[in-house]
Amino acid sequence: MDLFSNLALGFGAAVTPWNLIYAFIGCLLGTLIGVLPGIGPVATIAMLLPATYALPPLSALIMLAGIYYGAQYGGSTTAILVNLPGEASSVVTTIDGYQMARKGRAGPALAAAGLGSFFAGCIGTLILAAFAPPLTELAFKFGPAEYFSLMILGLIGAVVLASGSLIKAIAMIILGLLMGLIGTDVNSGVARFSFDIPELTDGVGFVVIAMGIFGYGEIISNLSLPDEEREVFTSGVTGLFPTKEDFRNMIPAVLRGTALGSILGVLPGGGALLAAFAAYTVEKKTKLRPGEVPFGQGNIRGVAAPESANNAGAQTSFIPLLTLGIPPNAVMALMVGAMTIHNIQPGPQVMTSNPELFWGLIASMWIGNLMLIILNLPLIGMWIKLLTVPYRFLFPAIVLFCAIGVYSTNNNSFDIWLVAAFGFIGYLFIKLGCEPQPLLLGFILGPMMEENLRRALLLSRGDWTVFVTRPLSGSLLFVSLILLGIVLLPSIKAKREEAFVEE
Amino acid sequence: MNIKSQKDFFSGLMFLIIGGAFAFGATSYTIGTSARMGPGYFPMLLGVIMAILGAIVLFYSLIVETPDGDPVSSFAWAPILYVLGSNVAFGIMLVGLPAIHLPSSGLFAAIFTLTILASKAGDEFILKEVLILGSILSLISYLAFIVLLKLQMPMWPVYITG
Repeated sequence: MDLFSNLALGFGAAVTPWNLIYAFIGCLLGTLIGVLPGIGPVATIAMLLPATYALPPLSALIMLAGIYYGAQYGGSTTAILVNLPGEASSVVTTIDGYQMARKGRAGPALAAAGLGSFFAGCIGTLILAAFAPPLTELAFKFGPAEYFSLMILGLIGAVVLASGSLIKAIAMIILGLLMGLIGTDVNSGVARFSFDIPELTDGVGFVVIAMGIFGYGEIISNLSLPDEEREVFTSGVTGLFPTKEDFRNMIPAVLRGTALGSILGVLPGGGALLAAFAAYTVEKKTKLRPGEVPFGQGNIRGVAAPESANNAGAQTSFIPLLTLGIPPNAVMALMVGAMTIHNIQPGPQVMTSNPELFWGLIASMWIGNLMLIILNLPLIGMWIKLLTVPYRFLFPAIVLFCAIGVYSTNNNSFDIWLVAAFGFIGYLFIKLGCEPQPLLLGFILGPMMEENLRRALLLSRGDWTVFVTRPLSGSLLFVSLILLGIVLLPSIKAKREEAFVEE
Repeated sequence: MNIKSQKDFFSGLMFLIIGGAFAFGATSYTIGTSARMGPGYFPMLLGVIMAILGAIVLFYSLIVETPDGDPVSSFAWAPILYVLGSNVAFGIMLVGLPAIHLPSSGLFAAIFTLTILASKAGDEFILKEVLILGSILSLISYLAFIVLLKLQMPMWPVYITG
């Protein structure tokens, strides 16, 4: 079977002692930062991205995948123990997870999150490996008009499913697109919006924006929050393993969560957040077994299902990135950035031109998941200790990670000023209630979008109708329109706002 | 006319101004036609759309009631200045500042500067603790970035080691 020979190729490339060490370091660092309340995966990856520069491409991607899973896992640890979601997708985990911790069952809750995630990760990897080749075939049939429409769909989908205010989110995308255009135009050689600053003719560095807006912006806004009573359950964590009864409840929930997460993850903007919410809702609708704890009071299914779903979703959201080269969410946008830094242009050609890297990355995701389970569950005591360290010792360390990261990107003092500026801008965005994730997506897609628009219009001799008359492109735009329309329907609008308020 | 949502009012204004600025900036480049897009075409298009969206947000902020006026809470200036300042200071210490002929002071001095400045942003500042933290971070950074990841950076002040 192709699937297995491909995976074998991937594992052959990924499983070397050094790569395993990098995967381990990635998971460890990712969890370390991810455990800290208020620092989500995007900020974590942005912070640790530069640490991977010196590595060969595959090792770097393996380490990044480790960081990603580590950060996500760290987020759920915080959700369960401190009742603070490390990121949006673990919001629902706090509901039952924290209640379990209060009843002294933090161990089984953490194990359920870990085991569920691992199972979901395995299935997600298989789905990714099975669907990537046929989708790549399809991608080669895309012309510039189709790509442009696909990006519109991706961007619209991302904000429709994952943001609070729709208009503001779209405006943030456009701001990102515009910022992506800063620097030398590839077609005319004109340096755009560079104000004659030589450093800006190369464009604004991707790390600079990610680090400034996500790293510093988040740190400052965390610091300005009052240091409220953070109730950490340190003593109550005894007995990590779930009981037989727990397993009986957990397994169907994990299966449902995985299935739901795998499907929703492929959708643009769907990814982890939507998957977790949907999985929790489904669990709540299913009947309680006799003697089972009700939801909201520490039901293990309320932890297992959303955690499996968000991990499955995280896995399958790699599909659009690897096959079409289009990142469906901010984390994947960071992955694109990382790949570009290593001179890999994500897209359908990666699979044919660089099969070892492609399949190696897929294999590494599974390795990352395995690493997490065998290393992090035993280490859980250490993470809990970390949560008791006062924030005043932790944030200088985070600031330092950011600063070293910026410096090591290109050893350029101009970037340090620029990061400071973006740090302030990022804080401003948080203050004004503008979510920065869409901006990052726009920033990555800006140059690609302009290029495809230019080509499409060149081929059609300036006729804009080409986007609707070509069937594939037309249907992609039609779907975007439907998505927008659905959200603007009054009844759904109210529901949707309700869902985001819960965050 | 009252502002009904302060957050939306200011973000709308921000989008309107930035979009307008990009569109205006785009006029200094060749716009071209849709069949032959110049470097100014796409930025112009985006700038105009963004300004329109900004205007819509602004408009809604003036007519749609919100329960509490959605105020923009006050800025935490101390954390902003210390956190961003410590980042800039770190850069200056590590890279030096060629403009005023300041050479690099090396990684360790930079780490201590950053730790002290960043710690000032918190509620409590105890110098002894901060210095211990600085030493621990120096050790970790040395092991992680220099030994393990082999990043190239000066460790000691250039004016001492030469």
